[in-house]
Amino acid sequence: MLGVARRKIGLGTFSSPILGQVLQRIRPLGSVLPENYSTAAKEITVREALNSALDEEMSADPKVLLMGEEVGEYQGAYKISKGLLEKYGPERVLDTPITEAGFTGIGVGAAYYGLRPIIEFMTFNFSMQAIDHIINSAAKTNYMSAGQISVPIVFRGPNGAAAGVGAQHSQCFAAWYAHVPGLKVLCPYSSEDARGLLKAAIRDPDPVVFLENELLYGETFPVSAEALDSSFCLPIGKAKIEQEGKHVTITAFSKMVGYALQAAEILSKEGINAEVINLRSIRPLDRATINASVRKTNRLVTVEEGFPQHGVGSEICMSVIEESFEYLDAPVERIAGADVPTPYAANLERMAVPQVDDIVRAAKRACYRAVPMAAAA
Amino acid sequence: MALGRSFEDMCAQMYYRGKMFGFVHLYNGQEAVSTGFIRLLQPGDAVVSTYRDHVHALSKGVPARAVMAELFGKTTGCCRGQGGSMHMFSAPHNFLGGFAFIGEGIPVATGAAFSSRYRHEVLKEASPSGGLDVTLAFFGDGTCNNGQFFECLNMAQLWKLPIVFVVENNLWAIGMSHLRATSDPVIWKKGPAFGMPGVPVDGMDVLKVREVAKEAIERARSGEGPTLVECETYRFRGHSLADPDELRKPGEDVDFKLCATLPCCIAFGLMCKFFGFFISYIMLKHSSLKGIIRKSKRSGCCR
Repeated sequence: MLGVARRKIGLGTFSSPILGQVLQRIRPLGSVLPENYSTAAKEITVREALNSALDEEMSADPKVLLMGEEVGEYQGAYKISKGLLEKYGPERVLDTPITEAGFTGIGVGAAYYGLRPIIEFMTFNFSMQAIDHIINSAAKTNYMSAGQISVPIVFRGPNGAAAGVGAQHSQCFAAWYAHVPGLKVLCPYSSEDARGLLKAAIRDPDPVVFLENELLYGETFPVSAEALDSSFCLPIGKAKIEQEGKHVTITAFSKMVGYALQAAEILSKEGINAEVINLRSIRPLDRATINASVRKTNRLVTVEEGFPQHGVGSEICMSVIEESFEYLDAPVERIAGADVPTPYAANLERMAVPQVDDIVRAAKRACYRAVPMAAAA
Repeated sequence: MALGRSFEDMCAQMYYRGKMFGFVHLYNGQEAVSTGFIRLLQPGDAVVSTYRDHVHALSKGVPARAVMAELFGKTTGCCRGQGGSMHMFSAPHNFLGGFAFIGEGIPVATGAAFSSRYRHEVLKEASPSGGLDVTLAFFGDGTCNNGQFFECLNMAQLWKLPIVFVVENNLWAIGMSHLRATSDPVIWKKGPAFGMPGVPVDGMDVLKVREVAKEAIERARSGEGPTLVECETYRFRGHSLADPDELRKPGEDVDFKLCATLPCCIAFGLMCKFFGFFISYIMLKHSSLKGIIRKSKRSGCCR
C-alpha cells in the first residue's frame, strides 16, 4: 500500500556463499525509510512467500505438479521448492535431466490434458533452449485449436541480472515474452506480490510466464493476515500504486520497484513528489492505471532492468501517447539497462544496470529540474 | 487408406486451383503407417503429429469434411480455420496437433503420455481401455537428428511412459537425403541406446505395420514403457506442394510403388492373409474394394 516497506536482506538463507558476499557489496546505500506497520501481521521473505504459495496450491489441487532441475532432492536451486518433495513425493515434484526443450515440451503436453504443471527454469536464460515450446506449443495452441485445448501451465524462475554472473546469466526476458499473444507475464516484487501472483498464475487456465528475481528471494517484506490466507490471490493485469504522488509517475517492475521507491524518497527531499507504480503484470499491462496516473502527474519515467530497445518502457510510452498525449507536460523518460551484454566486473555491472541515481536524474529531467551535464556553449 | 489417398489428391487439386494456400504437406505413399497404427487405438489414446498431419487426423476419426474445411480456412473447419494445414487439433478425438517445427511434437506427445501415467497413478483415474492411455508420436527421419528426440527417448524410458515413437522414414527431409544428414542412418537401433526396444518394419505393408503396432501399443498400455518403431516408407509427392522436388531421382520410388499402390497392396493382402481378418479391420461395412474407394471419394470430397 502506501509508503516504503521496511526491508532487510536475509543473507542467512542464501545457499551459495558467493551470492551472499556479492549481495553485501551491492547493498543499497543509505537506510530505507523504516515505516513500521503495526497492522502487518508478519514479515516473510520472497522465498518463503513463493514456497508457501507452491505448497498451498499443490495441496489444494492434486493436478498441480512441479518439474525442473534440482527442484526435488536439492530442495530447489534457490531453495524455493524446499520441503515439497518430502511432502508430495517424487511423482509430483520431479527432478529432470538437463533437458529444457524436452521437459518444457513434456509439461506442455501434460497441460493439454488438464494437468497443471509448474515448469521451473533455473534461470530464464535457460528458457531460451525451450522457448519454442513456451511460444509455439503453449502460447499459441488455444488459438490454433480454436479454443479446444487450453494450456494451464506456469513457467517460473529467476529473471534478470543477479550479481556478477556474467552476460549469459543476466538477461531480462520480460519484453521478449510480453511480446507474444497467448502468454501472460507476471513480475512480482514484494512477498505479497509473490504469493498472490504465483497463486493466480497456477490457477489460471492459460500459460503464464512468472519472472522472479534472484536478488529479491532473500528480501523480507511485511505481509497482511489476508495475504497469508491460503485462498489469497491477486488479480492478473492489475498494477499496484506503491506510493502516491503528484509530480511525476515512475513505473517499474521486479527489483526496480525497490530502486524506484528509494529514488522517490530522495526526490521527496527536493520537493518532487513521485508516484511509484509497481506494474506486477507486464502482459496484460495495466494501461488504465498507468494512464490515470500520468493524467494526474503529467510526467512519466519508465524503469526496467532489461535492454532498452523494444523494451517494456517503449510499450508503456506508446500506450501513454495513444491515450494521454495531451496530458503530457514533458517527454517520457526511459531508464533501462545499458545496451550491452552484462559485464562481469562489479563496477562495470553497476554501470550496466539502472541505479537509484539514474532514476532520480530521469525524474528531475521530466520535471525540468535537471542540472546540465556540460557547460552551455 | 483409400480415404487418405483420395483426400490428399484432392488437396493437391485444390491447391493448384488456388483454393488452398500456404504450406501443405501431403502424405501420399505413407498411408499404411497411419492406418496400421492409429486404427488400433482406443478413443482415449492420443496422437501427436507433424505438419504432415491430414491423414493422421483422418485415421484418428476427425471427419474428412472438418479437415478439408480447415484447409480451406472455413469456420466449419476443425479449428475454425485458425490452425490450417499444419495445425490440426481435435480435442474430442485426442488429436493433439499438428506442429510445424520438426521435433516439436515429440516432447508434447511425451507430456501427454506423462499425463496418462499421472492420471492413472496419482489421481487414481481408471481408463476405459483397461490399462494406460497410449500416445503415438509421429515424426520423420530428419527429426531423428534433433536434440528433442533424444531428450524424450531418455525421459520416456526413464519414467516408463506409455508412448510409441513412430518414425516415418521416407529417406528425405525436404531435399536432404537421410543418408547425407545422419552419421548412423539406422534409426531403430537408437532405441536400445536408451534402454527401449527398437523395431524396424516395412512401412508400405499395412498388415506388417499393424502387427508391430499391436505389440508396441500393448507394451505401452500395460506400463512396460516406450518403443521406437522405424517404418520404412516413401512419399510419392514432394515435401510440400510448393516443393519442386528436383533432388530425388525419378526412379527411386519404383520399389515402394510396387507394393504400395492402393489396389495392389490391398489385393496382395487379400491373397496373403485371411479374408475376414482383412475386412474386419479396414472398413467394416463395405464388401468391395470399389465400394470402399467410391465411398471415400464421396465422403472426403468437399462440396
